[in-house]
Amino acid sequence: MNTEQVPQQKISTYSGNKKAIYATDQDGAYTIVASTGWSVEEAVTKQALIELERLADKAYQEVVAGTYSPLYFHMYNRRMDLPTLAQSSGFFQWRVKRHFRPEIFNKLSQKAIAAYCEALGLSRETLCSLPEGWKVNNG
Amino acid sequence: MAEIRFTHDHFAHCESGVMSLMLRHHGLDLSESMVFGLSQGLMFAYIPFVKMGGMPLIAYRNMPRGIIKGLQKSIGIKMKMHTFSSPKKGSATLDALLARGKCIGAQTSVFWLPYFPPEMQFHFNGHNLIIYGKEGDDYLISDPVFEHPVRCTTQALEKARFVKGVMAPKGLLYYPEHIPETVDFERVLPKVIRKNAKTMLKTPVPIAGIRGIKALAKRIAKLKNDDPKYAALFLGHIVRMQEEIGTGGAGFRFIYASFLQEAANILGRKELHDYSEQMTTVGDEWREFALTIAKAIRNKKGKPVDFQAISSQLHGIAGSEKDLYQQLIRL
Repeated sequence: MNTEQVPQQKISTYSGNKKAIYATDQDGAYTIVASTGWSVEEAVTKQALIELERLADKAYQEVVAGTYSPLYFHMYNRRMDLPTLAQSSGFFQWRVKRHFRPEIFNKLSQKAIAAYCEALGLSRETLCSLPEGWKVNNG
Repeated sequence: MAEIRFTHDHFAHCESGVMSLMLRHHGLDLSESMVFGLSQGLMFAYIPFVKMGGMPLIAYRNMPRGIIKGLQKSIGIKMKMHTFSSPKKGSATLDALLARGKCIGAQTSVFWLPYFPPEMQFHFNGHNLIIYGKEGDDYLISDPVFEHPVRCTTQALEKARFVKGVMAPKGLLYYPEHIPETVDFERVLPKVIRKNAKTMLKTPVPIAGIRGIKALAKRIAKLKNDDPKYAALFLGHIVRMQEEIGTGGAGFRFIYASFLQEAANILGRKELHDYSEQMTTVGDEWREFALTIAKAIRNKKGKPVDFQAISSQLHGIAGSEKDLYQQLIRL
């Protein structure tokens, strides 16, 4: 790829940032070009972001319906999944799964709640509730 | 607190960028691509049984910390590395080192760094950056994948350094203890190039090197039996690992081509210029491959994805890379 071919497509997922891309100049010498992005990269990043959003939306509705505890929603809203939350909270996956059950979550010890607050970077009140005014995009 | 003069620069990749900046700060001027090449950073791995966010591990470079370790081996720098049992100790040591006028490398999560825009915040714990000062509650940070220096509060940096889970950084801090004044390029360069080519050609496991690329190509052909949604996410994941995570384009192939060109100039060996050009062509093929995938994902008319064609394209790349490494290994 030469410097002229380095995409400069101002993609939304760079949010105004630039990434350094290696390309050859007119003499064939390698140089670094600051790129505003390539639509190909934007497509795959957006695909991943939309999937994360979809999971959070779905979880939100399931928590509203009483199927799961708020923990389930906050996991997805922090772009995590079960293995990631288990590792960052220090609980085994089967225990985290139990904590997804509202009746068990409501009786959790202060210590367990604190572990989830730490892993998810949330206050106790936020962890135990759903955000107000959440807009379901593509549920 | 003491602030040192530190010159930031914008690079493609975090770990090689950090090492290049740090060595330059200490008087050994090695470019990012030279750092990448010297540490035998080029790789391919497809590890279906290690999942991250539900997707298999796909990597175009060696393991995290592999660049630091590779440099120690090839040019004899010595790094001091600290990990910590508690965030408190980690921050205290960081502040003490800064007070001694050191610039310090750190491993962090990407997700918890507030200067990353939300569009780029994903759970990846192998990020690297340099801390070179503190002003009030803000650390002054040189993050080579950003154009300009950035800042981060004590609390946020602590969170990013002490996140738990896969590749947990455990607050890792590092700085050089010994840096050689010069590098014996005549001796080192042919060696690291041959060794890197050997790793790509002769891995004993079928998930790394050329065999890894072929294994991924085979998996793509079988995606037709998977849920179409999963198949699309799987394809997108490959391209994200290749382009999005800061690889300088084409999954580090362009950086490596740049390294081969630099090696050619230093050693005055013409054939290395040819190899560099061949590596650029390989990189262009990877970019084409990414484009094919993006088209397949975007496809709005609901045409079925031609997995076989995407798979063949990747087999083609495996062939091109193999040809090149077979020349490099005889250097």
